[in-house]
Amino acid sequence: MNEEIIIAGFGGQGVLSMGQILCYGGVMQNKEVTWMPSYGPEMRGGTANCTAIISDEKISSPVLNAYDTAIMLNQPSLDKFEETVKPGGMLIYETNGIIRKPERKDIDIYSIGAYDESIKMKNTKIFNMIVIGGFLKARPILDVENVIKGLEKVLPERYHHLIPLNEEAIRKGMEIIKVENKLK
Amino acid sequence: MKELRLMKGNEALEEAAIRAGVDAYFGYPITPQSEIIEYLMAEDTEKRTGMVVLQAESEVAAINMIYGAAGCGKKALTSSSGPGISLKQEGLSYIAGAELPCVVVNIVRGGPGLGTIQPSQSDYLQSVKGGGHGDYKLIVLAPATVQETVDYVKLAFELAFKYRNPVMILSDGIIGQMMEKVELFEQMPRSTKEYEWATTGKKPGKDHVIVTSLQLKPEEQEEVNLRLQAKYREVEKNEVMYEAYNIDDAEYLFVSFGSCARITQKAMEMAREKGYKVGQIRPQTLYPYPAEIINKLADQVKGVFTVEMNDGQMVEDVRLAVNGKVPVEHYGRFGGMIPSPDEILNAFEQKFIGG
Amino acid sequence: MAENLIKPENLVYEKSKSMTERELHYCPGCGHGTAHRMLAEAIDDLDIQGETIGIAPVGCSVLAYYYFDVDMLEAAHGRAPAVATGIKRVLPEKYVFTYQGDGDLAAIGTAETIHACNRGENILIVFINNGIYGMTGGQMAPTTLENMKSTTSPRGRDIKTMGNPLKISELVAELPGTYYATRHSVHTPANARKTKRAFKKALEYQKENKGTCLVEVVSNCPSNWKMTPAESNKWMEENMFPFYPLGDIKTPK
Repeated sequence: MNEEIIIAGFGGQGVLSMGQILCYGGVMQNKEVTWMPSYGPEMRGGTANCTAIISDEKISSPVLNAYDTAIMLNQPSLDKFEETVKPGGMLIYETNGIIRKPERKDIDIYSIGAYDESIKMKNTKIFNMIVIGGFLKARPILDVENVIKGLEKVLPERYHHLIPLNEEAIRKGMEIIKVENKLK
Repeated sequence: MKELRLMKGNEALEEAAIRAGVDAYFGYPITPQSEIIEYLMAEDTEKRTGMVVLQAESEVAAINMIYGAAGCGKKALTSSSGPGISLKQEGLSYIAGAELPCVVVNIVRGGPGLGTIQPSQSDYLQSVKGGGHGDYKLIVLAPATVQETVDYVKLAFELAFKYRNPVMILSDGIIGQMMEKVELFEQMPRSTKEYEWATTGKKPGKDHVIVTSLQLKPEEQEEVNLRLQAKYREVEKNEVMYEAYNIDDAEYLFVSFGSCARITQKAMEMAREKGYKVGQIRPQTLYPYPAEIINKLADQVKGVFTVEMNDGQMVEDVRLAVNGKVPVEHYGRFGGMIPSPDEILNAFEQKFIGG
Repeated sequence: MAENLIKPENLVYEKSKSMTERELHYCPGCGHGTAHRMLAEAIDDLDIQGETIGIAPVGCSVLAYYYFDVDMLEAAHGRAPAVATGIKRVLPEKYVFTYQGDGDLAAIGTAETIHACNRGENILIVFINNGIYGMTGGQMAPTTLENMKSTTSPRGRDIKTMGNPLKISELVAELPGTYYATRHSVHTPANARKTKRAFKKALEYQKENKGTCLVEVVSNCPSNWKMTPAESNKWMEENMFPFYPLGDIKTPK
């Protein structure tokens, strides 16, 4: 298993921490991991992004031009990174504010209404955990328990009472993710 | 019991420094490495291990504080980035001349001048060919992963004290900012060892200790130079480190170091998928340089391709190692631009396959 | 008969313990030798030879490490207070002094001087001010007086174009980290004794971690002032002392 993921969205959507949580989950599951914040030309254009690589093998480049999975949290990110998904790869987009849907036919495409769901759950801060849940449903490369253990490492102790809520959000994301295009 | 953590390169470096029993850190803020001193201050090292951490008034002052602490036989560390490292060159020359141990971290950014805060490898020549005045060498370690960053902090101090010579860890913002899984070594006690060359107060019945790099007579200065050169030959004999990938059947050789080597490695894998028999050498020590293996492989391959985030600095050492046996080509991006694996592959095909 | 006279109880003068046997290289009549001796005597009196670490500058006293019989480091030009900081921070129980000239301390090393004082580093800064660059052959120093000639102010220091002589001791005395700042000379036995007392005081304050102590010694440079030693001392009294008046600048409250 070698999963190369790009996560992109507006600053403040929890883009960077999503990558970190997945990587820490990978550490808990004894995988090799590399997390890279956006650097260089990709930083332009008002989006924040990060690369998360989770692998059974030693990881070579932290800098990639093609990804197995793209998790896109806004329209500019979707427009920019849709073409970087490897043929046969996967794209997940968050539906809020999306006016142009992805058009590729050679990749799996999923949508997730994480923002609306987070409002229903009365806490928009768990938005990104819902997206993580959706990802884990579509690509079950990590056990939810390990992601939760990773979260315990990322979150300062004073927020640990929020962990059950985060777990609930992950489970919710696993429920609500929708297939838009499936190759096989 | 091994302790696994997900850590940023810069954070991991400082945690390793604390655990390596470093006695003192003196530094000055500069992007992209200010979090090193921030992390140390937040860790309250004086309480944790007794390690002194001081924000100096300048890079110049910081490196001279290092000189003082190193002169007392203490493990002293400083860090900076390009412009600040330039300011430290005077001090480094004195430290090398006085034969004192210390470790200097350079989180390289693009230059010249104030340049950019983005990652670069443009300080290669400054690091391996001197940088300051006079005939001296730094031992230069180039980590490519967060784990290597941790391991090299410990190794750097071992080498610094083994050879009584400054050691540089040459890294960049990619490694500094990326997070990876690291296994941290256990806390080492701070050393209480007193060295006979260190100024810790004159001992009864012994001569006073003098730490100096000054020789008034040319004969004496030459003696110092000869001693330094003998030391560097020892370093070259004993301390070369590199990683080799796919070299057994290689028809082409990639050479790349640090963060860039990992991107190049990806390009090598892609080249293999396309059927090109490419191998790679990743120097882990930039001085001493793994010239011997490159020279040996030059008998086997059709060409050598270096990839660097600069205008072709290490390629000079590769050319010296290859010594004209096969063509050597360079591909570089500058100023904080990072090459992508496919553009490296394209450049290779253009230069060697005929694109 | 004569040899019987040399008994410890008859000795009125001997080499201080904290000075080596090495012959000084300083020019005849130069104040450095006496200043060295006063500092060495202060170290002897306090019995701290084995606990003292000194830092030599770049300048005429670059070889001070040969003369003080204590552990010594040679610093880069102007950097002695930073080197002293590094030492004192890792060996806080030792006595640390720098010995610097005017170019070293008040020109190229101004930042290091001011910030060491501002942090209140527990060190002694010995500042020899003779208003000239001695070792490099008589160029203008930051402390060169107005109209005073040097090889780089051959028609005398023109303050309009070359700036004013710098009273750095008064300047650092303003800093809260500076505990004790005083100015002396070593050109007469009485003055030399006062200088020694200042050194001793400063080292005692260091033991109590009071902060930075700076002892300035206004001195001469017969060679580069192009005078005999006696003339240079007279010139110093008539010209240097009015601008750099002797006495305490900052004393503990």
